[in-house]
Amino acid sequence: MPILKTKYGRRSFLKASALSGGGMMLGFSWLASCQPGGNHALSNIPKEWFDINAFLKIADNGLVTIISPNPEGGQNIKTGMPMIVAEELDVDWNDVTVEQAPLNTELYTRQFIGGSQAIRQGWNSLRMAGASARHMLREAAAQSWSVPVDEITTEAGVLKHPSSGKSAGYGEMAGAAANIPVPEEVKLKDINDFMIIGTSRKNVDGKKIVTGQPLFGIDTYVEGMLTAMIVHPPAFGMKLKSVDDTAVRSMPGIRDVFTLKVLQDDFERQHFDTCTFLEVVAIVGNSTWEVMKAKQAIEVQWEPFESYTEERTFYGGGKRTLTIPSGLENSSDHGTMMTREAAQSSTVVRKNGNPEMAFRNAARVIEKTYTAPFLAHNCMEPMNFFAHVTSEGAVVKGPLQKAELTEHTLSARLGLPLEKIDIQMTRLGGGYGRRSYAHWVTEAALISQKMNAPVKLVYSREDDMTGGIYRPAYQATYRAALDADNNLVGFHINAGGLSDSPLYANRFPAGAVDNYLAESWTLNSNITIGSFRAPRSNFIACAEQSFLDEVAEATGKDPIDFRLELLERAAINPVGENNDYDAARYAGVLELVREKSNWDQPSSGIHRGVSAYFCHNSYAAQVLDLTIEDGKPIIHNVCCAVDCGIVVNPDAASNLAEGAIVDGIGNALFGELTFKDGVPEKNNFHQYRMIRMSEAPRNIDIHFVDNGIDPTGLGEPTFPPAFGALANALYRASGERVYVQPFYGRGQQLDVRN
Amino acid sequence: MATFSLNVNGKKHQVDADPATPILWVLRDHLNLVGTKYGCGIAACGACTVHLDGVAVRSCQLPVSGVGDKTITTIEGLSEQGDHPVQKAWLEHDVPQCGYCQAGQIMSASALLESNPNPSDADIDAAMDGNICRCGTYTRIKAAIKTAASN
Ligand code: FES
Ligand code: FES
Repeated sequence: MPILKTKYGRRSFLKASALSGGGMMLGFSWLASCQPGGNHALSNIPKEWFDINAFLKIADNGLVTIISPNPEGGQNIKTGMPMIVAEELDVDWNDVTVEQAPLNTELYTRQFIGGSQAIRQGWNSLRMAGASARHMLREAAAQSWSVPVDEITTEAGVLKHPSSGKSAGYGEMAGAAANIPVPEEVKLKDINDFMIIGTSRKNVDGKKIVTGQPLFGIDTYVEGMLTAMIVHPPAFGMKLKSVDDTAVRSMPGIRDVFTLKVLQDDFERQHFDTCTFLEVVAIVGNSTWEVMKAKQAIEVQWEPFESYTEERTFYGGGKRTLTIPSGLENSSDHGTMMTREAAQSSTVVRKNGNPEMAFRNAARVIEKTYTAPFLAHNCMEPMNFFAHVTSEGAVVKGPLQKAELTEHTLSARLGLPLEKIDIQMTRLGGGYGRRSYAHWVTEAALISQKMNAPVKLVYSREDDMTGGIYRPAYQATYRAALDADNNLVGFHINAGGLSDSPLYANRFPAGAVDNYLAESWTLNSNITIGSFRAPRSNFIACAEQSFLDEVAEATGKDPIDFRLELLERAAINPVGENNDYDAARYAGVLELVREKSNWDQPSSGIHRGVSAYFCHNSYAAQVLDLTIEDGKPIIHNVCCAVDCGIVVNPDAASNLAEGAIVDGIGNALFGELTFKDGVPEKNNFHQYRMIRMSEAPRNIDIHFVDNGIDPTGLGEPTFPPAFGALANALYRASGERVYVQPFYGRGQQLDVRN
Repeated sequence: MATFSLNVNGKKHQVDADPATPILWVLRDHLNLVGTKYGCGIAACGACTVHLDGVAVRSCQLPVSGVGDKTITTIEGLSEQGDHPVQKAWLEHDVPQCGYCQAGQIMSASALLESNPNPSDADIDAAMDGNICRCGTYTRIKAAIKTAASN
């Protein structure tokens, strides 16, 4: 049984005394709507709640409220995190209600969506929150019954002293437990004793979602609230010149029109302060439709900007100066520019052995180049935020991935101390990285400040899609050197992109090939970029896994065998240092997917592609089955093996993994944003093709490796390999390798080989 | 501005609005029925789907002046207790991820089953292709529609 130090002391656990003068009274409807599973609560409304620590409170009747610290954007974290607390607290899940925490950096750490890290990094603190509360309840019972604490057991919310037969519900001891000191160490459950973790529990907000309850930021309406929209430049490389708002000011329902400097020129930018358009026009009115009409009528003049630089402090430390070049860019030029940049300014990031010699002496060299375009996140809920800024402080509310960092930006921009900024987190209608960059929160706050009124800023779909912060356009060239016996003796990757490089130099097959060279470059662009689900991996996995498939074929080997041989080499006798993956776990998912997909007994007429990838501390391998009918890919099945350690909520985890696979296939087939003279060539879903039901896989099987290892990420790891599995299956179907994403973007017909 | 009388979820409402205002914004901004979602405003995503006399329509394309005395049903009015067979099937399959598209999906699915109680896969695809789910819950949506059909 692991014992953990509760490094969270009094401050972070907010060890509460019993609420004096009676706890919080809660209404019937609140309980009804928050109750995840059972019906226990309805007949049993508590009179008093006791805060045990920052993660949970217990009512006098035994109901438990667990506070979910991280924002919920579809990862189902609002169910998963409380399950971990409930497990160690040892309560009946039917007695648990879940509440979303606001941003509170005193009480919680890392209230983020990002990097698939919530469960991994929350694992110990959530377990400790539950276990230390359980300990305090046991102490309270021991004191009350005058028996040694070690003799007190618990079972589903009941404290028991077996030898005397005494027992009490948690609710009866909660008041006393709140006064017990937080233990310095707690015993955690043995993972074999888990009763909640590892069992599927329904989404705690499921009922609210299917009945259309107001959960999302865009659903915020308060008394006296105004609606605001912005007008931003139509092209990257342009800035505001002048506004003629005469026609608009007198339109019905319009309250004000003004320009807005989102960040001042000398603003000290942090990692997520990417702001595409530094100055925008705000239109404020009584209702959305009235503002939308004014938005169409307003006349704004734009002009090209001069190139400029900005200092940025990046997440994790380093300061860098970014150059934002002037000019109206064209996607049709980007390919040539990237190829020139790759030739002229690549830097070596990793080198093992003597790759030059390996290539010189090779019996055969295979060289392929892969490209992918900019992608827009296209969260279904467009960017929006509520703000009410007064001299007293700022209350902002909405969907946000990195509230803790946004708070600093708001504080600096509004000139308010951090403690005067209250960020309320709503459910996110998708994030995928886009809501880490919170310029729209600043815009909302500045508009509210100017209007001296509560304001909800809403982006139109067009504003959202053409507003920048895209997945960068990338290019990678791979070379493989084979000796006369078809052994892979040299490997060379040269990768870069617009404002970012997708290279992970220490990732497979680094460590598996004696002579290895990885080079990187970036080319400045004024088309802004940002995190997009599994950043960089979302491109490089496809390039790497397509290339390995091609090399495997050239050597006459089965694509899974070929990868397994390389992984065996990396496990037994790794080349170089800092290889970032565990070769045995990597091979494990390939073995599992081989078995579960019946790889060795393929069905006739079905074309299969395999792919495997490691990112966000987890491993995923996929086999995708398709046929081509009438020139269109029909995806029959995706079989996916995942190693993310212990799975907290299996059905929800499968849902997340399935969604990431659909997302990967959709982006690989259709995802693309191109530019002409700086103008995005798509601005809404009639042009930007998203995967739809008829194009989605007909079946997806997710298989988790059961290894009892502490959990790692899941929101991202099944996304990158889907691109490669699709690419490899398309090749089997058509006999043509695909190198350029999207594979089906222009609706081109795909050929069938047989 | 003009006054319109609307029948939404079995209740009569008077609304003062520009006649061109899409029902989507009347529901959200005027009637505080925010379950119906804005996704694209151009009939390309399905997030705003409601029933007009039982037929699935995109409320972002339906001006308030075009409703007349037809009845509107939104996600909030699909059932009294959230126990419409489609809603129950959605919970059974734990369909939602972010959940933003799901009201529109449920309204499209329930209209489909109303007119075609036993849809084939192709029927489901045809009825649901107008509804984007950015989180990619399509396989669960389809399974839930089949469960709802069988109940
Ligand atoms: S908002 Fe109406 S279809 Fe997208
Ligand atoms: S559940 Fe997120 S868009 Fe469908």
